[in-house]
Amino acid sequence: MGAARKWLVIAVPYLWLLVFFLVPFFIVFKISFSTTALSIPPYTPVFEFTEGVAGLVDKARQLTLDNYLWLTQDPLYLRSYLSSVWIAFVSTLLTLLIGYPLAYGMARASRSLRPLLVMLVILPFWTSFLIRVYAWIGILRREGLLNQLLTWLGVIDAPLTIINTNTAVYIGIVYSYLPFMVLPLYAALERMDESLIEAAQDLGCTRLQAFWKITFPLSLPGVVAGSMLVFIPAVGEFVIPDLLGGSETLMIGKTLWVEFFSNRDWPVASAVASILLLILVVPIVLFQHQQSRQSEDGR
Amino acid sequence: MGMTRVFAAAAIMAAGTTGALAQDRVVNVYNWSDYIDDEILADFTEETGIEVVYDVYDSNEMLETRLLAGGSGYDVVVPTTSFMARQIEAGVYQKLDKSKLPNLENMWDLITERVAVFDPENAYSVNYMWGTNGIGYNVDMVKERLGLETVDSWSVVFDPENAEKLADCGIHFLDSPAEIFPAMLAYLGLDPTSSDPEDIAQAEEALMEIRPYVQKFHSSEYINALANGDICLAIGYSGDVFQARDRAAEADAGVEVGYAIPKEGTEMWFDQLVIPADAPNVDEAHEFINYLMQPEVIAKASNYVYYANGNEASQEFLVEDVISDPAIYPPAEAQETMFTKTPYDARTNRLVTRAWTRVKTGQ
Repeated sequence: MGAARKWLVIAVPYLWLLVFFLVPFFIVFKISFSTTALSIPPYTPVFEFTEGVAGLVDKARQLTLDNYLWLTQDPLYLRSYLSSVWIAFVSTLLTLLIGYPLAYGMARASRSLRPLLVMLVILPFWTSFLIRVYAWIGILRREGLLNQLLTWLGVIDAPLTIINTNTAVYIGIVYSYLPFMVLPLYAALERMDESLIEAAQDLGCTRLQAFWKITFPLSLPGVVAGSMLVFIPAVGEFVIPDLLGGSETLMIGKTLWVEFFSNRDWPVASAVASILLLILVVPIVLFQHQQSRQSEDGR
Repeated sequence: MGMTRVFAAAAIMAAGTTGALAQDRVVNVYNWSDYIDDEILADFTEETGIEVVYDVYDSNEMLETRLLAGGSGYDVVVPTTSFMARQIEAGVYQKLDKSKLPNLENMWDLITERVAVFDPENAYSVNYMWGTNGIGYNVDMVKERLGLETVDSWSVVFDPENAEKLADCGIHFLDSPAEIFPAMLAYLGLDPTSSDPEDIAQAEEALMEIRPYVQKFHSSEYINALANGDICLAIGYSGDVFQARDRAAEADAGVEVGYAIPKEGTEMWFDQLVIPADAPNVDEAHEFINYLMQPEVIAKASNYVYYANGNEASQEFLVEDVISDPAIYPPAEAQETMFTKTPYDARTNRLVTRAWTRVKTGQ
């Protein structure tokens, strides 16, 4: 009885994973070995379970690796992946640099003030993500708020071109993902025992030394969690580069969109998506590994 | 597409779906956003008792993806010819029952014949609106930088010297090789419908020279950007540029948007009314299409959206602003330079797509 209940508890999340992640992924994975066709759906072969085993085997023979070969032949895809990873990496670093002092300040604020500060970090989520990115167009455009302000202050003579450049993409990503960095950092810093710092200072550490020797190492789980939460979705980001980026912006989310919608090439789009998943699985596995090691340490 | 469009779309959707329960007969229409006078839908329901469930999209790609996935549930959709030709081949649509469309006699032969390139014998589709690809520009900025009173040639952007002068105020291109390559070929004096690899290579080389001056390749953002004065030139669709022009005029912030049909020739496009193969309400779909072919009705639509329609009998009902605007109803001599182009075959499509990627990424 006890064993059955235990199995049931484990089965639910695994069933969830199977139905909402693995099955959809295998459909995409299968399409990535298909060939485009002028039909509904726009690829071939289409497996029908009514055809029996022989029919399915026959169709399985039509599957091909061509789409993956195509990805290696056109440098566009490699450059899109590399550029996406680079943009996501730099953005993650920037969110960390901005987010850490923010989270540190929040964790050191008086106990009564903290809920309000957390609330302020979460507040932007109450407005649609799309509308917030659109708002940045209004801020960054040539006659936009930022250029007006800088001109009025006398900092610049001619308006800066920020919109439709990679700079705008960085601003958009850092802005949109900052809460995902701040919250795990805050959680890590807030539960830290302050007497450890006092002890370090008693033993002769300066404040800065105490920070690097005690505070930062103890906040590392938050740094890793926050970085993953920013890096992983940023690699596949589509909306921000589409709305804020320009002709120089190359990101895999856009490349995938073009394959799927403009070139009507579902198989190549599926191959691009499958590889993207592979790229993202590596940091996720590392993250998991780090998490499980932590729990073994008994924290 | 701009936020206002999205809001408008949501409002129309909400208006279209409420009250659908009371009626038995329904037609599900999927059309471009901002593309009809809502009164027409209300009048149709009043006259026929058929409820219209109206839903909108903002790109051919979005429509095509839904249709190709199958089971869209729509009865009438409005693709552009370049997309529609492929979709007909893929078996997405059903043939029209012309005995149910007596108003076909009102249609304009000139347009119907041009559409036949995409839809042989006009078996599947009826024209709703048509227009051109051309140049949308900020009148003051272009005048200031190039000294031109009016724009009438592709050279304003395809000549690298001109493009360089306009680079600082912003140039946008449609993110669509099937629109830009034919335009460049026309400018170079080659056959714009060519799929000869050498011609494509020549066009690519010419595009490479101007790409450093292009701020963005995007198929809808230029509407807002032109209207707000954020860019000075865009290669785009006539109707979108008219929208930018109207918004700029409404905002009254000193932005004047012009539209030019280049003299070297440009592509015509046609948005066609068609019935998906798996449409649930085929009779109602025919009634709806037939209703839209009434001269007064389609004239009302044109007077509202400022696009030309393919209904000859409707022309006497058009307001002066529409029928006399050479950018909307181009004069006969301009019509002669306009071309229609069937979609590239699969091999050429790959070739053009690759060339386009090199142009966009600059290598």
